[in-house]
Amino acid sequence: MTILMYLIPVALLLGGLGLAAFLWALRSGQYEDLDGAASRILFDDDDPPKP
Amino acid sequence: MVGDSVRFCCRGCAGAFELIKSLGLGRYYERRAQAGIVKGLQPEEAPVAADPSAWVVTDAKGVCRLSLMVEGLQCGACVWLIEQSLLREPGVEQARVSLSTRRLTLAWRKGEADPVKLIDRIQHLGYRLVPFDPSVLQSADDAESKALLRAMAVAGFAAGNIMLFSVAVWAGHAEGMAAGTRDLFHWISALIAIPVIAYAGQPFFRSALEAIRNRRTNMDVPISLAIILAPSISLVETFGGGAHAYFDSAVTLLFFLLIGRYLDRRVRARARLAVEQLTALNGTAATVIDDDGRTRDLPPTAVQPGMRVLVAAGGRIPVDGVIESGASDLDLSILTGESAPVARKAGDEVFAGAVNLTAPLRVVTRQSGGRTLLADIIGLMEAAEARRGRYVRIADRVARYYSPVVHSVALLTFLGWALLGGLSWQPALLIAVAVLIITCPCALALAVPVVQVAASQRLMRAGILLKAGDALERLRAVDHVVFDKTGTLTTGALRLPPDTDRAALAIASSIAAASRHPLARAVRRAAPDVPARETVREIAGSGLEAAEASGTWRLGSHAFVGVPDDGSGTQSLWLSGPGQAPVRFEFADDIRPDAAAAIARLRRMGCGIEICSGDRPAAVAAIAAKLGVATWHGAMRPGDKVAHLEQLRAAGKRVLMVGDGLNDAPALAAAHVSIAPATGTDVTQSAADIVFQGASLAAIADTLSLARKADRLMRQNLALALFYNLAAVPLAIAGLVTPLIAALAMSSSSILVIGNALRLGRARLS
Repeated sequence: MTILMYLIPVALLLGGLGLAAFLWALRSGQYEDLDGAASRILFDDDDPPKP
Repeated sequence: MVGDSVRFCCRGCAGAFELIKSLGLGRYYERRAQAGIVKGLQPEEAPVAADPSAWVVTDAKGVCRLSLMVEGLQCGACVWLIEQSLLREPGVEQARVSLSTRRLTLAWRKGEADPVKLIDRIQHLGYRLVPFDPSVLQSADDAESKALLRAMAVAGFAAGNIMLFSVAVWAGHAEGMAAGTRDLFHWISALIAIPVIAYAGQPFFRSALEAIRNRRTNMDVPISLAIILAPSISLVETFGGGAHAYFDSAVTLLFFLLIGRYLDRRVRARARLAVEQLTALNGTAATVIDDDGRTRDLPPTAVQPGMRVLVAAGGRIPVDGVIESGASDLDLSILTGESAPVARKAGDEVFAGAVNLTAPLRVVTRQSGGRTLLADIIGLMEAAEARRGRYVRIADRVARYYSPVVHSVALLTFLGWALLGGLSWQPALLIAVAVLIITCPCALALAVPVVQVAASQRLMRAGILLKAGDALERLRAVDHVVFDKTGTLTTGALRLPPDTDRAALAIASSIAAASRHPLARAVRRAAPDVPARETVREIAGSGLEAAEASGTWRLGSHAFVGVPDDGSGTQSLWLSGPGQAPVRFEFADDIRPDAAAAIARLRRMGCGIEICSGDRPAAVAAIAAKLGVATWHGAMRPGDKVAHLEQLRAAGKRVLMVGDGLNDAPALAAAHVSIAPATGTDVTQSAADIVFQGASLAAIADTLSLARKADRLMRQNLALALFYNLAAVPLAIAGLVTPLIAALAMSSSSILVIGNALRLGRARLS
């Protein structure tokens, strides 16, 4: 059962990574405009040439 | 619009099209076609860019930032168009439009771009931009829903991980897991559960504390008790090496509850935008003429009574006042909801919010800022919304009776086992906690939000948008429907009836081609192929005049043509000329084709019908007679509508208000529940609880019938959840509920409730 000593921290770490990624996304404002994000993915020319 | 055959309704639209093409952004029209939008961009003919310098914030690096409210935003294509056309301007660092909040954030390097020019560009595309101060509008609401989402994520993470250990422990009970391993798993569960509950449980703890402080009890009190007591007593168990711990139940419960709470909050947050947007309408700058004749821009709130304000043709009037010089036609739709413009000349009174259509005006200010009629409308709306806040949601009503019962049962169980059953306090408390967990309204908390989410998705597929979280609940009880006339029962577009004199119409159209006045445009639409006359002169506030060798043709008001007033009001035009007796063109506002059917259906559903309009009583009476509606009121101002709705409420009626104009906004907010068509102004849509797309009024009866169905399902769900709890409580009191049974009961009752709600997705609308 000593394998648990490794597996449990690994499992928690992976889950924690997912949680951290979500919290980061939330903080960086990716959940502010859910309606806009849905159509934004279809814009394929995000960087127009500057004159 | 995709393809070559392009026709424009006015020069503004043509200009917008040219501008879009010259920017190389023609793909806007493809995108828009994909989004299925019918409404075109309609710029005001000479949009006036407000001077935004008061709202610009410059940071240390020389980057200026400006926040603007965007009016006229419809879909992703608009977002793309605005952002792309701004990003092509030199010096612009950032241009980001949020479709949810309808706001544009603009950043540019100081000195390299001119904000007035940038705003002007977008206004010419047909959007209206109003600068605002983001720190004022950054609502606390936003922060709260973010905190909920964070709590939900943390609880979800913890619930998943603890469940992993719990499943192992439950399997271990059958397979003979060593006590040491089981204790280790319990400890790890405790380590995850306790900080998570302390963090993610806060929304419930706060609400429960507040309720207790006010000597009330709500659903959050038993929830808080359960999610605090369960891990505490489990911790004691774990210390003693006990076989059962409830960490998983507590955290899963918390996760489910947070989902319900978040769904609820999201549906509600949109409604808050209403007042903010209406306030922003006040924000256009006023051009003040000083005594020495020079002009300067001031925010409308800074204009003092007595100051002279210049309003350009196409501009919005910023203050209430009296016209000093000039004559023009005003679009008062923002105040009265009527689409036909009204002529005003020197000495007449004008109100903030009206749009000046034909000629520049000088206005002497009487009232400005918070004392204008527009500000009064805002005040009415806020007051109406505040008064309506008294509605108690069905879940809260259940909670009022439910939680005291739960508390006493748990307490009695504890006392019973400790005093009569001869157990020591620890196992007795464990059993009492099991009772709390089993009775905890997990399914109960999901019962209502899940039905609402299912219903709103079903409605969304039919083009109906639910904006207030409790709109369906309130709609269920509706027994009286009040309709606005223009734009709601009618299409809101002026049209000449087909039996109009064709010969006179041809002459009128040849004259009308020279004008942008809405009535002239309607004449032009009725006979578009007549060549335009050259020598037409527009006399603002009166009409059009074409001098020819044979004599002078006149098209305009009765006074202009020289006929006595016959009381037909603003919705008619007269034509006179050499050898031609004066002809009257009577404009009609078409009734929506299915208005009569929709009203009949609402009647069959047991609703009383009534029409309340700001239009002339004669016009309202005509429409009411055609639709067979006996009760109608005309010439109502926004405040009258609100007062009338409150009378109806006092008479015990649950009123559904259907309206589209800004003048309806306070009434929409005051009604028991309200619906607006998507063709209404942005503010009306924000004030309404429900918004429907398309030209069909059938959407109203559809929504009502779905609301009644949803209500039945909510009640079924609550009954199911209660039944489940009641069935499990005796087991819990008997001390037979292990964590495994608790988890099973909780998830299966939740799944049952969700499954029942999903039946709404198959519900058939008309």
